[in-house]
Amino acid sequence: MSVRARLAWPLYMRLVALSVIAVVALFAAVRLGAVSTDTSALIDAIAGRGDPTTITIVRELRMPRALQAALAGAALAVSGATFQALLRNPLAEPYILGVSSGAAAGAVFTVVTGLSLRFIWALPVAAFAGAVGSMLLVFRIAFSVGRTLDTRVLLLAGVVVSAFLVAVIWLVLTFADTESVRSAIFWMMGSHANASWRSVGILAVCLVPALAILFSLARALNLLAIGEPTAAYLGTSVERTKLVAFGTATLLTAASVSVSGTIGFVGLVVPHAVRLIWGSDNRALLPCSALAGASFLVAADTLSRALAGTNELPIGIVTALIGVPCFVWLLRRPAAGVST
Amino acid sequence: MIASIAAGSDSVWSLRDVRFQHQGAMRATIDDVTVDIARGQMTALLGPNGAGKSTLLQLLLGILSPASGTVLLDGRPLAEWTRRDIARRVGVVPQGETEPLFSVREIVAMGRYPHLGPWQRERPEDIAAIARAMDRCDVSVFADRWLSTLSGGERQRVRLARALAQEPSVLVLDEPTTFLDIRHEMTTFELLRRLRGEGTTIVLATHNLNLAARYADELLLLNRGRLIARGSPADVLTAERMAEVYEWPVSILTHAGGAPQVDPRGSVTP
Repeated sequence: MSVRARLAWPLYMRLVALSVIAVVALFAAVRLGAVSTDTSALIDAIAGRGDPTTITIVRELRMPRALQAALAGAALAVSGATFQALLRNPLAEPYILGVSSGAAAGAVFTVVTGLSLRFIWALPVAAFAGAVGSMLLVFRIAFSVGRTLDTRVLLLAGVVVSAFLVAVIWLVLTFADTESVRSAIFWMMGSHANASWRSVGILAVCLVPALAILFSLARALNLLAIGEPTAAYLGTSVERTKLVAFGTATLLTAASVSVSGTIGFVGLVVPHAVRLIWGSDNRALLPCSALAGASFLVAADTLSRALAGTNELPIGIVTALIGVPCFVWLLRRPAAGVST
Repeated sequence: MIASIAAGSDSVWSLRDVRFQHQGAMRATIDDVTVDIARGQMTALLGPNGAGKSTLLQLLLGILSPASGTVLLDGRPLAEWTRRDIARRVGVVPQGETEPLFSVREIVAMGRYPHLGPWQRERPEDIAAIARAMDRCDVSVFADRWLSTLSGGERQRVRLARALAQEPSVLVLDEPTTFLDIRHEMTTFELLRRLRGEGTTIVLATHNLNLAARYADELLLLNRGRLIARGSPADVLTAERMAEVYEWPVSILTHAGGAPQVDPRGSVTP
């Protein structure tokens, strides 16, 4: 009867609980770091009072960084949940249609050509363009096979485009200098070190409408998760819903990747974890995943700063090192023994 | 054309010269089918494996469009219908589907999708329709369980409840009782008969010739994409025709209620 108990948690309670966790994570992220601050000094600094150095560290470095991590985590988790529903495949994740490789190709191009050092906006813009370009290519290939969007063809197109772009990236990096290779690899593993209020703003502007669109499709995504014919029988315009949902989730991922690099694992595991606790209903899964993804990535980013001192770990390593054991524990719980 | 519109008044579907061929197939899956499906009746679609039963159902539901010919639903070409309008009218119980972690109540509630807007909460009438559908199909006790923890027969009843929650005037079922034991099969057919008595039009594809003969008003017999025979069970189920279509010798017996029963011949143990 644990199933009954878990389902009995009403949605607003889940959202309140997850919001509290997210706020705590954000608060911890702003407070912890190389320059330690106590809570009252921290609140003063957020409000703009007290020591100017602390104010700068808190308001210009830590706050944008924590908020960017939160927004990127929410974007990746919601996008992952959407892909899993659309593709009816538990292995689906935000990067499955080649978005990350496209973004990486764009980023590597600016690193190798030196553009990223000359213009601060070059790398994120190129990464976004690469992500959108690879998405368009994948959809073009998928549509050339049939008149409708076959998700199996789409998946295969994503895999091959991704493989091709990765090959191109390594080809370019083979002839690049050591410093370029190092910064390219560091970018590919993801980091929030370059966060600024501007990047937070851009991400927020992308995130809000995208979440509104996907939340409004939640019921249709539920039906698509069961099967495309069933979704059609129950009144969904299947092709239109798929296009809008794939497009929105991909752009959401592209926005996140272009500011913070390809942070793996969040988009795969956070929605699964939420699903194992509360089920597949996307009306609850999407908002819960957004909050859980935000908390998870903020916590991971804080750890990546704290663990390695001045040298800072790539955040992708932290998400995997913490995420995998947590996820295995969730999977092994007896109540989760039913198939997903 | 005038004749078909006139025929549309007492039939739910009117098919005229419908032809459909799968991409790359050697021959048409549905070949020149012309038929009306009567309102308020139970029509059973029979035929051997590969006869085109599921394809014909998909043409009726607008999932596939015919290469030539017309399919009218309530007198209007299917292409003019939105999925939402079809779903408010026609409930479907498909053969099988993937089963993510949804509770039984959540699955049945999906039947209200065509009646609700994207941000709209369930209204009292939706909640009532969901409860009524779950009661009718005997799945209320499972309401809070994950669908994946139920048996095959129970899951089939949940899918039927979802279709009833749509409050459709037409119910389409694709082999609804395959894999069900006798009790579940009979409760399904009894429920269909009650629904038909309340005025619901029922169309089902089935391999159970004998239950179809007992419960359906009209049988449509398909073979290799062609409509071989249509009419009352007594008209359609003749020994020669069944033997020819199913490529197996059969005798026709009579059920206590009067319906013909198909008895495939076989070696008899002494």
